[in-house]
Amino acid sequence: MADVTITVDGKKLTAPAGALLIDVCRKAGIEIPAFCYYPGLSLQAACRMCVVRQEKVPKLQTACTTQVAEGQVFITDSPEITQARKATIELLLGNHPLDCPVCDAGGECELQDMTFKYGAGESRMVDVKRHRDEQQWSPAVYYDRPRCILCYRCIRMCGEGMDVWALGVQNRGASAVIAPNGGDRLDCEQCGMCIDVCPVGALTSGSYRYKTRPWEMNHVATVCTHCADGCKVTLGVRQSPEGAEIIRADNRDKSGINGDFLCAKGRFGFDFVQNPQRVSRPLVRNAQGVLEPVSWERALRTAAMKLTEVRDTRGGSAIGVIGSNSTTNEENYLLQKFARSVLRTNNIDHERTADYAAFAHALAGHAGRAASLRDIASAPAILLVGGDPTKEHPLLAWELRTNVRINRARLYVANTTPIKLERQAKAVLRLPADGYPLLAAYLGGQSTSIRDISFRDALLAEESLVVIFGPEFRGAQLDALVKWGIERPHIRYACIGAYANSRGAADMGLLPHLLPGYVSVSQPGAFSSEYPGMPTAPGKPLQEMLASVSSGDLGALLVVGANPAANQINPAELRKTFLIVQDIFLTETAAMADVVLPAASLYEKTGTVTSTYGDVQLARKAADIPRSKPDFEIIVRLAGAMGVDVKTLVPFGGSAVTADLGQSRGAQAGEADRHAVWLAARSLEPKLSPFDPFATMDEIERLIPAYKLDRLNLFGGNDSPTEPGFVPLSQLIAPDGVTPAHDGLFTSGTLGRYSTSLVDLLRHQSPSMAETAAD
Amino acid sequence: MPRLVSHPDEVKIVTKRFGQGAANIDRYIELGGYESAKKCLEQGADWIINEMKTSNLRGRGGAGFPTGMKWSFVPKQSQKPKYVLVNGDESEPGTCKDHLIFLHDPHSVIEGTIIAGLAIGSKLGFIYLRGEYRYLLEIMEKAVADAYAKGFLGKNIFGSDTEFQIITQSGAGAYEVGEESALMESLEGKRGVPRIKPPFPAVVGLYGGPTVINNAETIATVPHVIAMGGEAYAAVGSPRNGGTRLFGVSGHVERPGVYELPMGYNLKKIIFDVAGGVRGGRKLKAVVPGGSSTPVLLPEEIETLGMDFDQVGKAGSMLGSGGVVVIDDQTCIVEFALRTISFYQHESCGWCIPCREGTDWLKKSLTRFHAGFGSAKDIDNIQYLAENMLGRTFCPLGDAAAMPTLGFVKKFRKEFEDHLNGKPCPFAKHVELSVV
Amino acid sequence: MSVETMSIFSPQLAARLDALVAKYPVRRSALVPMLLYAQDEVGYLSDAVITEVASRIGITELDVRNVATYYSMLRFKPAGRFNVQVCTNISCMLRGGYDIFDRFQDELGIGHKGVTPDALFSLEEVECIGACCWAPAIQVNYDFHDDLTPDRVPAILDQYRAQAKSEGKADHA
Repeated sequence: MADVTITVDGKKLTAPAGALLIDVCRKAGIEIPAFCYYPGLSLQAACRMCVVRQEKVPKLQTACTTQVAEGQVFITDSPEITQARKATIELLLGNHPLDCPVCDAGGECELQDMTFKYGAGESRMVDVKRHRDEQQWSPAVYYDRPRCILCYRCIRMCGEGMDVWALGVQNRGASAVIAPNGGDRLDCEQCGMCIDVCPVGALTSGSYRYKTRPWEMNHVATVCTHCADGCKVTLGVRQSPEGAEIIRADNRDKSGINGDFLCAKGRFGFDFVQNPQRVSRPLVRNAQGVLEPVSWERALRTAAMKLTEVRDTRGGSAIGVIGSNSTTNEENYLLQKFARSVLRTNNIDHERTADYAAFAHALAGHAGRAASLRDIASAPAILLVGGDPTKEHPLLAWELRTNVRINRARLYVANTTPIKLERQAKAVLRLPADGYPLLAAYLGGQSTSIRDISFRDALLAEESLVVIFGPEFRGAQLDALVKWGIERPHIRYACIGAYANSRGAADMGLLPHLLPGYVSVSQPGAFSSEYPGMPTAPGKPLQEMLASVSSGDLGALLVVGANPAANQINPAELRKTFLIVQDIFLTETAAMADVVLPAASLYEKTGTVTSTYGDVQLARKAADIPRSKPDFEIIVRLAGAMGVDVKTLVPFGGSAVTADLGQSRGAQAGEADRHAVWLAARSLEPKLSPFDPFATMDEIERLIPAYKLDRLNLFGGNDSPTEPGFVPLSQLIAPDGVTPAHDGLFTSGTLGRYSTSLVDLLRHQSPSMAETAAD
Repeated sequence: MPRLVSHPDEVKIVTKRFGQGAANIDRYIELGGYESAKKCLEQGADWIINEMKTSNLRGRGGAGFPTGMKWSFVPKQSQKPKYVLVNGDESEPGTCKDHLIFLHDPHSVIEGTIIAGLAIGSKLGFIYLRGEYRYLLEIMEKAVADAYAKGFLGKNIFGSDTEFQIITQSGAGAYEVGEESALMESLEGKRGVPRIKPPFPAVVGLYGGPTVINNAETIATVPHVIAMGGEAYAAVGSPRNGGTRLFGVSGHVERPGVYELPMGYNLKKIIFDVAGGVRGGRKLKAVVPGGSSTPVLLPEEIETLGMDFDQVGKAGSMLGSGGVVVIDDQTCIVEFALRTISFYQHESCGWCIPCREGTDWLKKSLTRFHAGFGSAKDIDNIQYLAENMLGRTFCPLGDAAAMPTLGFVKKFRKEFEDHLNGKPCPFAKHVELSVV
Repeated sequence: MSVETMSIFSPQLAARLDALVAKYPVRRSALVPMLLYAQDEVGYLSDAVITEVASRIGITELDVRNVATYYSMLRFKPAGRFNVQVCTNISCMLRGGYDIFDRFQDELGIGHKGVTPDALFSLEEVECIGACCWAPAIQVNYDFHDDLTPDRVPAILDQYRAQAKSEGKADHA
């Protein structure tokens, strides 16, 4: 659209013709208040707060519905306009209960703010206010009608934004209410977006309501620990007698990669942190075969002695290491470095949920062909094959819906079973049950049993396309799909796997065949100066390690944040090896361990994680749970207990430290930093700590070409994309070890089972919406 | 059965077939029916619109927008189908004129709809009646079926190549649906909440197509305008206010009823001459000139007041729907104001804050006030509320509540003050008003 | 499920509703009249009515409820077989609408929105019904009665009692 010039309060503003006056003004720093207007959602013109005076127009106009045209003149601030806004607030306050002192929204309420600004401080209303009892619609959502100002944001967010359409408005006039789809209950995705957009305290969160006042919390922006989409989440943290507890999760400043969005897991699934079942002390199995609490020193010494013994007597190949999908990149990096250079084994793997190695191999040498989430959010056309993002990748589904709705992007879906996103699709290709292997050939124009040629033609006619594929694509099949597009310059790719740092685990080399950055362990001279003495033969993948456990051949197994006993091995079998487990909970696996080391969750530590789209983000320490330690620190201490010079593992101190900008400090996390106390007691400078994950960052960036991170951006809380195209060509590893997780909206592997909120939400769902917990 | 009335001053144009069995299609034809439609079919769209413009016919729903101009706003070329929508959601208190049209002359509505369709190039018209008018809907349905049977509606109307269909529709109880965009929403099976304007219905209306929406009386007048010729019709009324108007006189008069009088006819004469004067020889206290949303007029304001859009507007009120409600000197204005505002509170769709909250608050204040629990501050507050609703609401319903309220408070402040200090209402039997 | 085979409505009404949805350019346009016609037969909008209407139109039950709760003639609880609706809006009020309402209350022993124990009558005070010039007026179901005086109230009730008797006890509610 051509630009036009308008005058607002005497200022000349230039904007595209047809842009909404409210947006134009806000961009120019002219504040226009509004309750019902919400960027990206349909227009309502219902609250009448955004009224402005337009020259030569008799009535006040709503800025949210006024499209700018050349030469218009507006006044947005005058006694007349102030009075109009004040009166509207007075009318609202006539019925609105003034229970601000106990209302969840108190202090974060748009109605309070506007009342303050427009000075409707005195009530003319002396009659009885309308009252209705509060309703609980689900474990997550409560509705308090008297507080509701009927801005309809919730209805639109649920319908237009989420494509769930679970909320409506019923009755009329002063009796009008927001109503849920289940009569008195809400059958929906429980994303809580309605709570988030509510400008007042009408919709409140089951987990947060009446817990605290907003100003009693510190707000820590970090990354969600559940799925692999990498939503930025703001944790509301309050000091507790024990440390610091998380009271709330939301997306407060909407600054992250996820913008407005957060799903049920991100919003409600933080409560595992305070779950009383957490391992609160290190445990060692005693002579009676019972796990008993011991000191950290004793637990570490027990583990270190056994690891040293097995390594020195049977060799590193008798030790296995299983890493995690939700520990940080720095921890994963350190773990595999510890395994390879201290334990001298390549028996290291993790529970793989997607074949990132094959993805990296396919993209190797082709820069600019991986799609970040931001690329997906703005792509003019997207092909989605496999997976069901609505359930498994809620942010991806949100971005796809939003892109289609706002930018008119064209979504193509090829799937063996119907998925909800087909509602947004321009075209759908229903594949036969065994159709995925045929897809690359079909797209390449070869004759297959897939007959619908129009779908392919429409795709090929797109000038720019992002292909997103699910974990159904692995190994050679994945390779073929990516090869098809690599030959065409306009196609980019994204691969979707399951957990918060699944991608990072693979990128950091938690793989038996591959070093960090997908460098083959057998490549001559690889990492020889960083990892002296590393074995060069590929190690055992996870399944083989577990088989060795069962056959009694593995001398020791170190499991960090994983739970193979949930579904990969009979827990009793684990007693056949010396098992060391670092975990948050006494999982099925940890219960079988000889040594259990209580770990901190992602919400209790600082580091980086990589989303499935390759976007690296900073996770910051929010909660502080006594007697647990970040895995990074545990590994360093374990190495120390084995007599290793930890400087060879973590290049802290001296000239090696350039990465630490101080962001790992307590000041940044907003918390008292126990590390600082530990370090000060040893006359060390806090910056020079071996427990500082950022001390490894230089090494990570040096060894992994895909990780060229914009640190200022990263530390500023933004996402920084990686570039798998910089990966050197590596070996394709067999896809056998990949097990797609298929977690739904309320499940999150083992972790999800320890979130009371998620368990409650899962139970609340009607059978049609419910999924079984996946591990 | 509604009683028909008549008076020598009446100029019977729209009502000329009333009471003559014209609901029967053969009788309607005998009385000259469907000739206008045939003529329009021959003459074409431009000619029709020109006649309508010449006639100075202005919308009978209340706003008084010139009909010919409204039709001319519809784009000639349109990707989407165009529609004619007849607003028979007659719900403005004091108004029952369309009731009689549907009862006595349903074919005039059908004929007018056909002509409007020809004028804008539409193939489909809808006639929407309020849900309470079920027996009238049945009459309309029968009339439409008869018109189809005669070939006046269908693929080839009157044997021509032109298609025009009519669908009748029932509402289900909502005053707000009388607002044109809310009417479209209701017809699309939604809540009767108005739409954001622009776009206006003439450009984006029903099902997204260009749509002309006219009041049933306007549409019923159209065939007569064509039959008389625009110029002759215009000559009946006052300047810029063509023709006649159906004035429904109700309340405290001797002979309430619907009278068809030329535009510009004096209001005092309507009350004292046409409708037989105030009932029981009482004195006139006030008159609501055009349905409950129009500000009340005092006896001294109607002496020379001609009933057309411009003159009533100049007097500070509105011609509205032509529903003249006469109030005698034994009536409590506070109670009357309360009953008026109760209606708007009940009918507010609730979409926008000023109307939803304003009508509710006004009703609460007036209820308490009328019951004798008011304070002097309340009178100012009522005025403040109404002033702050006026012009600020999403649709005209807020104005419809605010305008009469302001009229009552300003013109009868003394009577409000008489309710103060615990004094009982000097008039009403219903001090504790039951609330709908 | 197939609406036609599983309908809770009489065959006549089901056929009428089948025709109704086919009448409009857009199926949903049938919603408001369909609700009203369904209520005429069933007596009110029961959950089952909402379910069937939603399926006939092809929208969610929430959508149906959003619309249905907007219109004041639609109700969600049974009314009497004869629903007496007394207008008390301005024109009727000026000519004694409240006296009519009072008389009905006395005769029936019920108040606004009340239903007689035999479910024969229900009473409602309603807004303007478009009979202002023949005020005071009422509607019993869809029948208008105008130019009323309180004295005529018993006769009107008797008329419907007689109608009920002649139609037998085939009560729709």
